[in-house]
Amino acid sequence: MATKDEIKFLSNPNIGKQQKKYCRFKKFGLKHIDYKDADFLIQFINEQGKLLPRRLTGNSLKYQRRVASSVKRARHLAILPFVADLLK
Amino acid sequence: MRHLEVTFIVDPVLSGDEVKSTAQTYVEMLQNEGATIVHVNEIGLRPLAYPINKRSTGVYYCIEFAAETGTFIGKLELALKRDERIMRFLTVKLDKFGVKYNEDKRNGKIGKKVHKAPKEPAPVYTPKAAYVPPVDIIADDLEII
Repeated sequence: MATKDEIKFLSNPNIGKQQKKYCRFKKFGLKHIDYKDADFLIQFINEQGKLLPRRLTGNSLKYQRRVASSVKRARHLAILPFVADLLK
Repeated sequence: MRHLEVTFIVDPVLSGDEVKSTAQTYVEMLQNEGATIVHVNEIGLRPLAYPINKRSTGVYYCIEFAAETGTFIGKLELALKRDERIMRFLTVKLDKFGVKYNEDKRNGKIGKKVHKAPKEPAPVYTPKAAYVPPVDIIADDLEII
């Protein structure tokens, strides 16, 4: 019987495994989200300018709410659009 | 001490002096009310994400200030609303993390990734001298085996 090291696969058996998602604010200790920073907030919206759900971004509830309010403030100040097309 | 931040957009069609004087009036108003101005950040002319009042660009200003009470914020916002040169404004209360973030940003600690020190130039490769076999191996007459 071949040992684990001797078996060779044609395609990578690890392919398709989900990357373990984490909250980037908790991990890197970011406490404040600046609503004036469009480049940072673009990570959390999709190409239509809509907010991405927490299950896609991996944020914890506390920070997802803060991100949402920052994006809404940025939209009020025309730093981010309300509706867009091919934003990214 | 409450730390607050007001961001407003000034009409870009005004001349540069008028834009500056508009911002200056609010700085003075805050100082008259007894607030200490921490920083006046003129972000400058920026394109808007959507047209406001048929304009597509605006001059952004952000004034960070600290005050004992927040009683004058109502007056400030009323003046901002009435001023025809200001298109949008937003007043935000900053918590201690917000204050620290702004401070670090002013000191340059937050920003794009810091470039690592440039690598030393790779050691110059000098090819070894071509292999010259020692003389005794080179036979004058080679035997065919």
